[in-house]
Amino acid sequence: MFRAIKKLFFTAPVIFITGAAPALADGHAAEGEQLYRTLRCAGCHAVGPDAKNRVGPQLNEIVGRAAGSVEGFRYSRAMAALAEEGLVWDDENLRAFLTAPSEFLPRTRMGYRGVRKEEDLNELLIYLATLTPETNLGIAHIEPGDPEVAAEILAIEGNVEYGQYLSSTCVTCHQASGDSTGIPPIINWPADAFVTALHAYKSKARDNEVMQQITSTLSNDEIAALAAYYESIQE
Amino acid sequence: MKLDRRGFLGVGAAAAATMSAPMVMGAAHGKPRVVVVGGGAGGATAARYIAKDSGGAIDVTLIEPTRTYYTCFFSNLYLGGFRDMSSIGHTYGAMASQGVNVVHDWAIGVDRDAKTVALAGGGSVPYDKLILSPGIDFRDGAVQGWDTSSQNAMPHAYKAGSQTELLKSQIEAMPQGGTFAMVAPPNPFRCPPGPYERVSMVAHYLKINNPTAKILIFDPKAGFSKQKLFQDGWSRHYSGMIEWISPDFGGAVDEVRPGSMEVVADGEVVKVDVCNVIPAMKAGRIADLAGVTNDAGWAPVNPHNMATRADENIYVLGDSSQQGDMPKSGFSANSQAKVCANAVRGELTGSTVFPARFANTCWSLIETNDGVKVGASYEATDEKIAKTSGFISQVEDDAATRAATYEESVGWYDGITADMFGT
Ligand SMILES: Cc1cc2nc3c(=O)[nH]c(=O)nc-3n(C[C@H](O)[C@H](O)[C@H](O)COP(=O)(O)OP(=O)(O)OC[C@H]3O[C@@H](n4cnc5c(N)ncnc54)[C@H](O)[C@@H]3O)c2cc1C
Repeated sequence: MFRAIKKLFFTAPVIFITGAAPALADGHAAEGEQLYRTLRCAGCHAVGPDAKNRVGPQLNEIVGRAAGSVEGFRYSRAMAALAEEGLVWDDENLRAFLTAPSEFLPRTRMGYRGVRKEEDLNELLIYLATLTPETNLGIAHIEPGDPEVAAEILAIEGNVEYGQYLSSTCVTCHQASGDSTGIPPIINWPADAFVTALHAYKSKARDNEVMQQITSTLSNDEIAALAAYYESIQE
Repeated sequence: MKLDRRGFLGVGAAAAATMSAPMVMGAAHGKPRVVVVGGGAGGATAARYIAKDSGGAIDVTLIEPTRTYYTCFFSNLYLGGFRDMSSIGHTYGAMASQGVNVVHDWAIGVDRDAKTVALAGGGSVPYDKLILSPGIDFRDGAVQGWDTSSQNAMPHAYKAGSQTELLKSQIEAMPQGGTFAMVAPPNPFRCPPGPYERVSMVAHYLKINNPTAKILIFDPKAGFSKQKLFQDGWSRHYSGMIEWISPDFGGAVDEVRPGSMEVVADGEVVKVDVCNVIPAMKAGRIADLAGVTNDAGWAPVNPHNMATRADENIYVLGDSSQQGDMPKSGFSANSQAKVCANAVRGELTGSTVFPARFANTCWSLIETNDGVKVGASYEATDEKIAKTSGFISQVEDDAATRAATYEESVGWYDGITADMFGT
């Protein structure tokens, strides 16, 4: 599930979870939602509070959901076998599946040829991600104004033990339990999102002074260490 | 969680700065023993981190007389009516279940040769490393006419709890149009913005309940923390209510008279209804008794690990320490505690000691949804904890920023108390 988010963030061009960046993310999600109808997903897959299974299973919380797990829906044998293997839908496998369903899963019952345009697929996936509540996704606040972080910096392997020590500064405000009352939780963040967010404060692209102050003293290695630690604690 | 040391050598600067620590491990008495005196912002954090991070390899005892610790932070919000008392009280149950041996007693002496701490209830506790975080005590004779025996007539409310409740009840009992006086402390003292946040909160209460009342601040200092921000807020929210009297204008009081509720300043006698005396401060008394304080009344420490200059086996955290540039705040004490915990654990078990790093932010509330903050980062030099850079709220901030700042302070409160007490 966690990997799912990570992929979601870093394979598509501009992606963020709604809430973090309402305007822009909503824009993409809105386009994705429209595609959900124009590509005729909606005909077979209901969404929303009253969603019932139709020709296909309802898709609430599809990202992060175990394959073949919707109650009351009779899956194909092929899908049941995937479920047996423990597949969990994430950006990567949803992308593969939606590109060419019967290639990804021969004998799937989903009679759909696949989404042709990568752009459409990106937007559709953003929309699908919004069907899973933020809390389940682990709120990965990538914001539209966050500068892209160089690949070399994202690639730094963080030292977890050092990250744990450094995190003792974070937990004075960001509770170790993930509880939050006025200050956002930072556990369950994918490392890449964590690194991107901290660099956004460091470069002052984000404007909270406390975070700018804290990150001003953190080196690239130290940011990587923190990200590695925060990624490690939820395993 | 599994710790992975892979790649640590790649951390360069950190690895280079890592101190090589002699180990006390395997001493004749079995597990190494850490005793922490004072279960506040510094001590509770240190005890909990050492217990948690050593995973049982170190015996940790916390000595703290009170069963419920009331935080000074947010006690001003209680005076303003933004908090109730129970919301700022915290107990030690969670910490005890996380491996800290909590002893509710007073430490009354330290034998540095025998390495034991004597308890008021009798007996003594042996230590390999002793951490003192006893907060502050007041200097005798700091305010002529006041001593702790007058604290019922003229409360300090600078240690939270019954004093805070007393001050609140006195404010509530003020006659309409009465006078609240504060005798502000000289530097250095705990929580530099504390007296001025307090005035703001008292003004908030009076504005609603006693709008013709007056507040006088007698200040021995020519300036104070976040002064522009406070004074701007006071004129916006409490116009005409608050008078800050600097030493040039007679702010240094000659004497207070608790019996007749008078303040004498610049030769003039002022009759008041409530008098909040915040005297000059010094390290908590146990630091004196341990012999680790200097003439100024504070305990000088090594900025890299918070060990006292006087005794490498005794550490002093928080308000009692004389460390350099950090303000005496709960945030600072908590930050110092983690550096100290890491160093102590390293010395006792050989675990990696990472370079010290410190941070502080102090939020203050001026009026409903009008929060301000000041903060900085610090590094350890051989001589002192030195400020590297900082920030402060601006007078020009918009209302949304101020509201967000207040909201952030509430998050911080919950964060730091969870971090201190393991809840
Ligand atoms: C009105 C006010 C507002 C404040 N607001 C803020 C704020 O918003 N943010 C902030 O960061 N800081 C704030 N502070 C400052 C903060 O409360 C202190 O800086 C902080 O508590 C210091 O931590 P400490 O560990 O040094 O001492 P304390 O937290 O005071 O802890 C000392 C403990 O030691 C115990 N003790 C003392 N002597 C002995 C002994 N002999 N044996 C055993 N136990 C002993 C005491 O019972 C006490 O529990 C404020 C302070 C005041 C007064």
